[in-house]
Amino acid sequence: MLGAVINLSYLIGALAFVLGLRRLSSPDTARRGNRLAAFGMGLAILATLLTPNAQGNGNIIWILGAIVLGGLIGWRAARKVEMTAMPQLVSIFNGFGGACAVVLAGLELERVASGMQQATTNEMVILLLTLFIGGVAFTGSILAYLKLDGKVWDEKITLPQHSLINGIFLLGLLAFMIFLCWQSASLTVVVLIIFTVLTLIYGLSFVAPIGGADMPVVISLLNSFTGLSAAAAGLIYNNQIMLVGGILVGASGTILTVLMCQAMNRSLMNVLIGGFSASGGGSKASTDGDQTVVEVGLADLAIQLYYCDKVMMVPGYGLAVAQAQKACKELDELLEANQVEVKYAIHPVAGRMPGHMNVLLAEVDIPYSKLLDLEEANAELKDTDVVIVVGANDVVNPSAEDDPGSSIYGMPVLQVWNAKQVIVLKRSMRPGYAGIQNPLFFHEKTKMLFGDAKDSLTKLVGEVKNQ
Amino acid sequence: MVFDQLITFFDEHLIMLYLLLFTIILGFEIIAKVPTVLHTPLMSGANAISGVVIIGGILLVKQAAPDDWFLLAGGSLAIVLGTINVVGGFAVTDRMLEMFKKKQK
Repeated sequence: MLGAVINLSYLIGALAFVLGLRRLSSPDTARRGNRLAAFGMGLAILATLLTPNAQGNGNIIWILGAIVLGGLIGWRAARKVEMTAMPQLVSIFNGFGGACAVVLAGLELERVASGMQQATTNEMVILLLTLFIGGVAFTGSILAYLKLDGKVWDEKITLPQHSLINGIFLLGLLAFMIFLCWQSASLTVVVLIIFTVLTLIYGLSFVAPIGGADMPVVISLLNSFTGLSAAAAGLIYNNQIMLVGGILVGASGTILTVLMCQAMNRSLMNVLIGGFSASGGGSKASTDGDQTVVEVGLADLAIQLYYCDKVMMVPGYGLAVAQAQKACKELDELLEANQVEVKYAIHPVAGRMPGHMNVLLAEVDIPYSKLLDLEEANAELKDTDVVIVVGANDVVNPSAEDDPGSSIYGMPVLQVWNAKQVIVLKRSMRPGYAGIQNPLFFHEKTKMLFGDAKDSLTKLVGEVKNQ
Repeated sequence: MVFDQLITFFDEHLIMLYLLLFTIILGFEIIAKVPTVLHTPLMSGANAISGVVIIGGILLVKQAAPDDWFLLAGGSLAIVLGTINVVGGFAVTDRMLEMFKKKQK
């Protein structure tokens, strides 16, 4: 009887995951969807707690203690985080999920290694895969977190020929895995520790060459790895809800990875070997030095904005860094009050994770009807009076369209130069994360406004108020 | 020998394999429809779901002998990590989606 109730709970839980994810596809139902999925998870955990077993009370104190501790840490982190730090938080949570899978597979394998438990070849395959995928997701996510948080710089951790090293490393690990599956008797605790450590190092090495603007891809990919490791763990325990949950996450991560790659018109392989940094900026030297940039005065810009009909904001990672979303909203309100139409052009890979800009703008209550995707924005840019680029760079680079020598050539970009005037808010003339010079800054329609994006926007709001 | 094992494995886990294949297709069908606006919440919500691996941790600790400290401590560590992922993931997604909701007025 109890067994049937538990199985039924797993079924309902899995159904809640599926329906919850489906509701996430519309802003109106998304919140309920997320809560539904959370309910499914709660139900599944409860059912697992009630599962009868031979060990009497089943160490319930340990389990509840661990759940309370983890729950408090997770809850606190989730309440405290700034919206601008969302990519970091998602990465680190993802890393913990991967770590959980590593610990589980590691403990199961330890029992095999110390002879307490027998494992068939198939079980070995699944256990080692769980350990491997979870391990890469774990250390990969931690490194991604450190990079996003600005604690680690890409250049310092990339070796010469890094992609080649990674390839050999991966093949070596796979061979090691096959050997262990085939000769499961050779698995001792020491061998297990060596395999685990190598896997964890590979995770770091895997993410090391991928940086900056490629972050949305790698975060999505690591997300799908964690899902796959959870699914593989589901096979170990013959548990359906783990399988379903894991596969759904694997699918979602894979789709986002593909979408992000498409948005940059690059293959996943190209991203993984760190394509941007590897090929550099083809014709960069020729545009350096001999061109000048024009700066705009705040008062002039304020007047221009005040009397124009349509303004398009192009936010990028710089908006998140400067936490300029509130200032953006103030400017928006002021202009709208004066019958200036304000819209936002959101490039799919703007920011450091899929949909990053949307979250920041939602935080300050900018309605999503004002947010345009790439095609919509490019259609509307033609009759836009002023474009304000706030901390975006590579996604507005004309080289992507007209310079075959550039490493971002072929990437769909926002054609801001089709508008009548482009204002670029930028801290300095330093190139963007891709390290490529941006001819937009020297374009005849472009004027620069140097300084911190938040400061500049706040001052601009002040000037517009004076009109 | 290995081949025989594989066949037996498929046979024994037939239901799981059905589930695996159908879930893959279902997953792609559902998620392909999510609009760009919701990519971040989708990712963090999915991320929370991947914490379902915590169930393995609970099962492991439940089956451990009460004096097997190594397994108890290790399993509990897995549960802590998994719960951070689950609770944190759902909570932060809810916080984000609350902001998306407000704007409908």
